[in-house]
Amino acid sequence: MIYLTRGYLFCASHRLHSGRLSEEENWRVYGKCNNPHGHGHNYRLEVTVAGEIDSSTGMVCNLSELDSFVEQNILDRFDHAHLNRDQELFTDTVPTSENVCRAIFGIVKGGFKRAKVQKVWLGETSLNSFEYLEEADR
Amino acid sequence: MYLTRKIEFSASHYYHNPALSPEENRRIFGKCNNPNGHGHNYTLEVTVQGEPDPVTGMVLDLKELKAVLEREVMQVFDHKFINREVPGFQAKIPTTENLAVAIWGLLQPKIPQGRLHRVRLYETPDLFVDYYGEGK
Repeated sequence: MIYLTRGYLFCASHRLHSGRLSEEENWRVYGKCNNPHGHGHNYRLEVTVAGEIDSSTGMVCNLSELDSFVEQNILDRFDHAHLNRDQELFTDTVPTSENVCRAIFGIVKGGFKRAKVQKVWLGETSLNSFEYLEEADR
Repeated sequence: MYLTRKIEFSASHYYHNPALSPEENRRIFGKCNNPNGHGHNYTLEVTVQGEPDPVTGMVLDLKELKAVLEREVMQVFDHKFINREVPGFQAKIPTTENLAVAIWGLLQPKIPQGRLHRVRLYETPDLFVDYYGEGK
């Protein structure tokens, strides 16, 4: 089995605020990330696919296909966007990097069928990073 | 305990499968199909697993590992046109995947102490592959 990892970058803003907490609790839990105006990050995304090497191409999967999938389904959606405004994902869910990482895993796993999507790693800053794998791969 | 050593080498390659038509080669491999080749600065991370020796406190002697990496990888790949100059890649496409497996094969029998755990090969900062040996 070979694990191939591809890195991407997107820049987005968010605000950490839970509708289930009071104003005071939100401020206590999220601190400056609760600023109502939002703030932004350069997110680094790494998508890992796993598989055997195709003997005809020497590849696990064609990178240009992975790139175009991620570009159309992740980067076009999140780059230079405000994550809280994403009507489908973050109306009731706080766009913490944990939740963003898991949402990206779900989108890529659900739509990219050329290889097994094994892991999504998301760096919010150079100091914070998150990774999500399915239970069986941990 | 896992110990990782990093090296860098620069080499050129191109992707072409003679069993496919020129059109198919261009469709599958895109600009990587240019027969004149193109190059990368590869970064290789070699991870060895073992217990620290009670006398030396080390998983393995880094000097010996460095010598193995120099002999088995640097002298084979650095500043070479992989398709033409590296044994095995006249008939095999030098994708990052195939290079990682080949490097595993070169290093695995030569690790002086401990056990080779992982080979991670970066073609660029945005593309790398991990190989843990056959069946893993």
